[in-house]
Amino acid sequence: MAGRSSQSGEFSIEVTDLDTHYGDRQILHRVNLQVRKGEIMVIMGGSGSGKTTLLNHLLGLLSPSSGNVRILGEDLGRLTPMQRQMLRTRTGVAFQSGALFSSMSIGDNIALPLREHTDLDETTIGIMTRLKLEVVSLAGFENLMPAELSGGMIKRAALARAIVMDPELLFCDEPSAGLDPVVASSIDDLILRLRDAMGMSIVVVTHDLDSTFKIADRICVLDRGKVLALDTVEAIRASTDLRIQNLLNRRTEDAELDPDAYLRRLLGDASKPQDGARRT
Amino acid sequence: MNIETRDSDGIILVSLSGEVDLSHSAGLRKRLMELMFERRDVVVDLSAVTYVDSSGIAGLVEAYQMARKNNTRFVLAALSDPVRRVLQLARLDRVFTITDSAEAALKG
Repeated sequence: MAGRSSQSGEFSIEVTDLDTHYGDRQILHRVNLQVRKGEIMVIMGGSGSGKTTLLNHLLGLLSPSSGNVRILGEDLGRLTPMQRQMLRTRTGVAFQSGALFSSMSIGDNIALPLREHTDLDETTIGIMTRLKLEVVSLAGFENLMPAELSGGMIKRAALARAIVMDPELLFCDEPSAGLDPVVASSIDDLILRLRDAMGMSIVVVTHDLDSTFKIADRICVLDRGKVLALDTVEAIRASTDLRIQNLLNRRTEDAELDPDAYLRRLLGDASKPQDGARRT
Repeated sequence: MNIETRDSDGIILVSLSGEVDLSHSAGLRKRLMELMFERRDVVVDLSAVTYVDSSGIAGLVEAYQMARKNNTRFVLAALSDPVRRVLQLARLDRVFTITDSAEAALKG
């Protein structure tokens, strides 16, 4: 991007050998991922692939079992609360549900980060808020309450709030999920324009293939907690890996079945591994 | 960010350079508002701006609105690519008076 002096290095995100466990269960296995400045990285995978867990790590909401995550050059595991707060002002997050405050107007929701993190005067905050509403095609909706908006409008308002601080790095969790194709496409266009105009690095977590192929500079395909592929749209499309082809063609894959383990689960005895001697 | 101002036959040429972001936009707004309160015609040369965020754009919008009320001139000149892209994102390139060069704005 054309010059932000706070930026240094080639990457916005560097994930190195990231492992995560929920209890005894390993969710992410040695995940390595680098997101270049100014690129749109789409993280895709089926349900249970680990993409939401990976996103939570990138947002600093989870701590790795091992490995590390660097965001905008900062090692998340070594930040003081103050440094973490500073880093938050340089990133934006558009959550899947919107996560707008239901008791605040759309305008107040969008202005909230500016009021919390800056000492800008209210006139400037008002103009910045309405600018972002223009950018997401919600001009004139600032006084409405979240409950008065459609699903697509909520998504766009959430995006407006995520970009109100002009972040260097933007995260979008399922930005087009549940939207009709026209509205979904308009959100894709908006994400592309943000990259081109503001030079933002953007990470999109989605299982929407149309959206992925439209916006991605590179795609990270997760499968069962591992990075199956990390490459350009063209390379992913051309991949001969059966699991990637299944994902792209929306084919289900028969999971391997261990009859003994299956029976134990049905009998509610999964926590007690049994040896052959007890199976009589 | 650096701000330089000079008087060119009664028109104030404001030349901005560097990054106009959250840490500098309040200073820009203050300078522009001073000029607006003095009811001066203003040309803002943006050719050397390497980055502008929406807080910087907000300062320009506020000054432009005040110039319109005052019936004075407020012209953006010689947009650098980063400035042009941000203005286009919010379609403000269709709102501001924009010229290709500061010289053209000062003559106009």
